[in-house]
Amino acid sequence: MTEDASGPPANTAPEASTPASGSTSGGPGTPPRRGLRGLDREIINSITHGSPAVVTILAIFLALVIGALIIAFSDTTVLHQFNSFFAAPGAAISAAWHAVADAYSALFEGAIFNPHTVSAAFHGGSVGAIFYPLSETAAQATPLILTGLSVALAFRAGLFNIGAASQWIGGAIVVTWLGFGVSLPPVIHVIVCLIGGFIGGAVLGWIVGDLKARTGAHEVIVTIMLNYIMYNMLSYLLGTHAALQQPGQSNLTSPNIAANAQLPHVGGPPPQVGVGFLVAIAAAAGLWWLLERSTIGFEFRTVGANPSAARTAGMSVPRTWVLAMLIAGGIAGLSGAVAIQGQFLSLNFQSYGTFGFDGITVALLGRAKPLGVVLAALLFGALNTGGTNMQAATSVPVDISKVIEGLIVLFVAAPMLIRLLFRLRSTHGGGMEAVAKGWNG
Amino acid sequence: MELELRGITKRFGSLVANDHIDLTVQPGEILGLLGENGAGKTTLMNVLYGLAQPDSGEIRIDGKPVVIHSPKDAINAKIGMVHQHFMLVPVFSVAENVALGVEHLRTIWLGRMTIGGRSFPGIPIPTTLFDRQRARRQVRELSERYGLRVDPDAMIEDLPVGVQQRVEIIKALLRQANVLILDEPTAVLTPGETEDLFRVMRELREGGRSIVFISHKLKEVQSIADKITVIRRGQVVGERPPTATDAELAALMVGRAVELRVTKEEATPGDVVLDVKNLTVSGGILPTETDPGRNVVDDVTFQVRAGEILGIAGVQGNGQTELCEAIMGLRPAMGAVHLAGRDVSYATPRDRLRAGIAYIPEDRHEDGIVADFSVADNLILDTYDRPPNASGFAMNLPAIRKGATSLVDEFDVRTSSIDTPVGTLSGGNQQKVILAREVGRKVRLLLASQPTRGLDVGSIEFVHRRLVRERDSGVAVIIVSSELDEIYALSDRIAVMYEGKIMAFRPPTVPVTELGLLMAGADPKASDTEELAEEVEALYDRPQADDESPPGADPPVDGPQRSSE
Repeated sequence: MTEDASGPPANTAPEASTPASGSTSGGPGTPPRRGLRGLDREIINSITHGSPAVVTILAIFLALVIGALIIAFSDTTVLHQFNSFFAAPGAAISAAWHAVADAYSALFEGAIFNPHTVSAAFHGGSVGAIFYPLSETAAQATPLILTGLSVALAFRAGLFNIGAASQWIGGAIVVTWLGFGVSLPPVIHVIVCLIGGFIGGAVLGWIVGDLKARTGAHEVIVTIMLNYIMYNMLSYLLGTHAALQQPGQSNLTSPNIAANAQLPHVGGPPPQVGVGFLVAIAAAAGLWWLLERSTIGFEFRTVGANPSAARTAGMSVPRTWVLAMLIAGGIAGLSGAVAIQGQFLSLNFQSYGTFGFDGITVALLGRAKPLGVVLAALLFGALNTGGTNMQAATSVPVDISKVIEGLIVLFVAAPMLIRLLFRLRSTHGGGMEAVAKGWNG
Repeated sequence: MELELRGITKRFGSLVANDHIDLTVQPGEILGLLGENGAGKTTLMNVLYGLAQPDSGEIRIDGKPVVIHSPKDAINAKIGMVHQHFMLVPVFSVAENVALGVEHLRTIWLGRMTIGGRSFPGIPIPTTLFDRQRARRQVRELSERYGLRVDPDAMIEDLPVGVQQRVEIIKALLRQANVLILDEPTAVLTPGETEDLFRVMRELREGGRSIVFISHKLKEVQSIADKITVIRRGQVVGERPPTATDAELAALMVGRAVELRVTKEEATPGDVVLDVKNLTVSGGILPTETDPGRNVVDDVTFQVRAGEILGIAGVQGNGQTELCEAIMGLRPAMGAVHLAGRDVSYATPRDRLRAGIAYIPEDRHEDGIVADFSVADNLILDTYDRPPNASGFAMNLPAIRKGATSLVDEFDVRTSSIDTPVGTLSGGNQQKVILAREVGRKVRLLLASQPTRGLDVGSIEFVHRRLVRERDSGVAVIIVSSELDEIYALSDRIAVMYEGKIMAFRPPTVPVTELGLLMAGADPKASDTEELAEEVEALYDRPQADDESPPGADPPVDGPQRSSE
């Protein structure tokens, strides 16, 4: 209590300086207790109680503006024009405008909708082609939705799941093995693989939750370490013939999974919606129900918002941690499953990608809510798909779309900046708080 | 300087926090601003200090209207404010904190010398160095003039709260404040510190400064103010001299006659409901050669019967918190706890709740509510998975909302809706939510720890009545309180705790002196305790309603914290 500057003195009586007096909490006058747990709660609060949607939209806008500046000033033609800016300012500006417009329209056409496909459809082209960009975006978003949900669920229970990457690997290893090593009839094989993926991730999540519940090990440290372990484990398994390595190969790659285990697509090629996407949407809906409408979710949310009150109300906080991490891990494992079964068909370091870590940003952007996560993942999917198209159509590298993604999250995380720039009035913290904040407020 | 507020109105959305408030503070006057939590006292002072802009009305100083847009304007207008939460840098010294924002820079006098009795001042060279000596001197001067007793070199983080508050006062004085606003200053103070503050306030008044003293505690306002203005729901509802009675002020504050002491019938105790045998909670420190270790709850044995209220009195920090947590199963303990004949010594907190214990935890914010959750969700915190709130894993929202609506009505929770986050309610209404949740289900034992701490008069009345009503309906009730008024008002039997032990059981007719002695760990029968008895009596006769007194309200007033000054 002594380091608590504005708290009341622990005790004034000399004989009362027992351990008891040290552990008694202050009166209502004490400010919220600090310490690591308090900090955790503050961070999670700021994520889930973030800013209104308008801030997110403005953050996306601002990120696109900055992205535009980077595009314009990394373009050699534009730079050349700017050398003679004072001689012909119009030319320089129009060159910049063209560079940006070309890049962004390519981004948009690649991710969402290409007007040329409509006119092509009228002239005998494929109607399906109109929806091709959207289907690509959905495919790109699918694993992200699931890893985002995994991180979001943990957030809601007050846990930082930095380990979606390791859980993804856990799921993917099980799925790959079940995919090529086992022979099962069509539909059953797919389902067995999905369940296997869930279990693979869930085991890793359970390890984290159980360690925290039993020993108090902080989940951030445990998950980061498990990320290293699983990454190198993957490398080992992919390099061992007795394990996952494709026979006759020296590359770190597994054989393709059996056709029966592959996730089918709905709607004929080329525009197609993978069943994996439907699985991800179903997982989001299920998770919403779990969090908002079930008693388990009520426990998760209570433990996340105030573990002391949860304990006092008779909930088992450690049990909740274990269960939350188990489900979170399972969903990340499911992400590995749909990525392997629906997209990559074999496991290697290219399919491993960065889904686990992108899941954290997606969960942040989606404010740890299932619908928000789906929307955020779709946005990232669109930026990824569009970025590839942008690189193909213009000379702008695909990395620009990654920069934009990073900027969006940065601005969402710094809502004050957005408020200042766009002169928004704060809805929190202003007047109402001043009224409600009596001494007991 | 005379300060006048004319027709100040401040709205937040549809809520009128201040409604045409008129207020005058004369020089050398202490104005007591009395009102319940949420009455608009703090908002009014924020308007005065430039932290909020009034929608209409004006502020006049010596008859001249002034515009205050920011705290800076307020400081220029010689208005100073001491907030509920101090604005100090913990790792800076007192002098540094006081000078913060009004630092004087050092000037080096080049060539200053004395030759033959004549002194040459030299050439002043301005620097950008902080003039620490000057700040220390100023702190020392002010603290001597007003008896503030603060060491300018002490680190803020090492100082007790009462001294930190004095630093805030010095800060305001250094900025030449003629009007000092003290926002609920006693809330964080021990009784001894409150006395010190009052002494300082009187000194300041002698020095011609005016003070606005904001509080919801009747006795404090009566004892220090020259004039009492009562605010209710944003309006000035009356001005009274400090001689006004408790009942009159309370009625003005709440808007109706208030029962300051709950009326109750004689108890009719029934069967034993709670039977605690040899309950012991270890202090968590292993015994060493020099320190045998100490149990925070030490071999406590007692029984509570249906239909009686057992009051557990004691100075905060003598094991009451741990005793409650041990009874709830929230803290490992040795010994036995039987509830209505059933052994629950090894039961989980949930099992004990389900067996019929209702628990009102001492730390409301930390253990009692989830501030971000709605009123409805807080009302089902321990019954969320039982019918009718849930069937299987699915929660039954309509039933939950229906239950919440009826509980909110029954317990008179003032909230705009059952979806309002509970953290935005006043302390009294939060406590009503907890009370509603706990006794809303069928209970055998009600364990209430500091049930009215920090609540205003109206809420205290409600909580007390409800506790007595539970007793009358046959519930065994335990009240843990460091508030003697509360112990006397409610208890049918009083147990006194000291250093983890129950010192004695007494009937509620026990004299306050005896109770005070027991709370200080002395045996009232012994002969050498007369002096202590006088001290105790003096302490508890003090005009104070320290219903928010933090741990440390211990009889020996000159405890070690004084030494740090």
